[in-house]
Amino acid sequence: MAGRAASGAAGTGYRGLTGPLLLPAWAMIGIFLLLPVLLMTVYSFLTREFRGGVDWTFSLAAYDRFLLSRGLFGDEPPVPEWTYITIFWRSIWQAGLATLICLIVGFPTAWFIATRPLHSRALWLFMITVPYWVNLLIRTVSLRFLLRDQGPLNDLLIGTGLLDSPLRIINTNLAVQLGLFYSYLPFMVLPIYAAVERYNFALSEAAADLYASRWTTLREIVLPVVRPGIIAGCILVFVPSLGAFLAPDLLGGAKTYMIGSLIEEQFKGSQGNWPFGAAVSVILMTLVLIVLMVYTRARGRAEVR
Amino acid sequence: MQNILTSVALLALTAGMASAEGKLSIYNWFEYIPQEMLDKFAAEYDVEVTMDTFDSNEAMLAALKAGKMGQYDVAVPTDYMVAIMAGEGLLDTFSHDEIPNFANIDPKWIDVPFDPGRRHSIPYQWGTTSFSVNRDVYTGDIDTLAILFNPPPELSGKINVLDSQGEVLALASLYLGIPQCSQDREQLKALNAMLLDAKQHWASFGSDTAKDVLVSGDAAAGMIFNGFSAKARAEGANVEYAYPREGFVAWMDNAVLLKDAPNRANALNFMNFLLQPENAAALTNYAAYTSAVIGVEPFLDDAIKNSPENNPPASAPQGTFVGVCDQATQELYDAIWTNLKK
Repeated sequence: MAGRAASGAAGTGYRGLTGPLLLPAWAMIGIFLLLPVLLMTVYSFLTREFRGGVDWTFSLAAYDRFLLSRGLFGDEPPVPEWTYITIFWRSIWQAGLATLICLIVGFPTAWFIATRPLHSRALWLFMITVPYWVNLLIRTVSLRFLLRDQGPLNDLLIGTGLLDSPLRIINTNLAVQLGLFYSYLPFMVLPIYAAVERYNFALSEAAADLYASRWTTLREIVLPVVRPGIIAGCILVFVPSLGAFLAPDLLGGAKTYMIGSLIEEQFKGSQGNWPFGAAVSVILMTLVLIVLMVYTRARGRAEVR
Repeated sequence: MQNILTSVALLALTAGMASAEGKLSIYNWFEYIPQEMLDKFAAEYDVEVTMDTFDSNEAMLAALKAGKMGQYDVAVPTDYMVAIMAGEGLLDTFSHDEIPNFANIDPKWIDVPFDPGRRHSIPYQWGTTSFSVNRDVYTGDIDTLAILFNPPPELSGKINVLDSQGEVLALASLYLGIPQCSQDREQLKALNAMLLDAKQHWASFGSDTAKDVLVSGDAAAGMIFNGFSAKARAEGANVEYAYPREGFVAWMDNAVLLKDAPNRANALNFMNFLLQPENAAALTNYAAYTSAVIGVEPFLDDAIKNSPENNPPASAPQGTFVGVCDQATQELYDAIWTNLKK
């Protein structure tokens, strides 16, 4: 309420200027958000042009291909198509697992940093972000070098006598997991850190005074307070992981499609299918939007309660 | 006598036009021509040469279709792309007497499937695509495509395959002995089933990593281009490039004359220049593939002239070009590829 009153007061002061002042923001949203999404949606309803590009005739072929299978030769009676749903499911599962691992590692890390003395926190945060000054492609390729059969990791494991033969990590789902985890960890740490930093540790002391165990304090006091940070972190890791194609390509050996690589393939190469790539993107975006809406609903209800 | 007179007249004519026009614009693969050659041409014909580069045939086609026609004179597409570009009406034609050195082309490269009789293109470099095997891992017979599609236990699970639909499906078709661009259902079903079965033996799909995985040992066998395999060997990998008896993919990059070329005469001069044996040899020494020009041998570096990758054994069959299918047929092959990678 207080916030609304304050902005209302500010509004009266700039009456008449609101429109022009908001123009840059609206232009940004329009040019960089709405226009591309609109373009993509339109393309998904067009006809594929052979060897790349689109023909400006309305067609539902892209969505039909996503949902219905008519056999290899396209003349069998239509049955539900599982190929692309499987690809989606696999990507969602991978992204979910990566988010979980990031959370398990990221939460204690953020907690640790937020409980350091004020002057050293900046240094810790700096150290978390330094590796991310390097391009994602280079980091992923480097990870590939570390994990390979004749790489440093396996040299170490074999050299110390822990293993006889190299651990096969590269070109497996485990490598993709590691890649996603490593790529997006800071996106988990930073929002949680921001939330934990604002946490009033007197609350923990009060809980302890009232004979709450450490576990109860974490569950009943800490988690509800820092929850927005955790949820923001989870979204920031989950959403880009869902569309990732570098990690599956370079670490997973490109043997199975992920959503990201499926879309990529539709736009490069002469075998591409632009409307289908656009349709897959629209479906992916719709799914993400639904997840975010469910979350907003749930949060709204929780706040009312 | 008549011939000499006309060619002298033609030469005088083209030379005159060259100085009048004074420009040449080339669209070529990255790192595919030494700068000295461009400088040499510029000095010889007194023209200003500019070159832009691309990294895939598809990228080049997309750029030309998106409005760069009329900007370039010469482009360097691969075989199947020559056919596609001709089909899309992007290429101009020339008559053979417009390029005096046309006679230097090895006759076997004149009536090629992607440009019968060479009306739009001249050979640039050619090479082959099959696979290489690490001889420390496997010492048996490698002159068969079964190494990729039904490998011995030593190689199973250690094979890298190019992430390139056209070349993988072409080799698979050769292995099964079925034609490319087939519409026969039984053949396509067999192709689909064979590939799905072969996939269990493959470690990864990768094109730009094809050489690195062989050098690092991540892969013990891998689909690769012959020149790329030679580089893997030069970097210390004990790999041998195979010329399988079922056949292998041949490819050829070609200099084509683009439609609406702003400097048509210079473009033809440049194509003529590329067919001069010492220039063709300089190109080969730089790119490490093979020239299709007669008489290059005296100018070639020994390492390139004698490399096993560039010299198929006498028993090897002819290479096969990747076919260009019509849309309906291509969609069947697209479906097989998606099936393989889902």
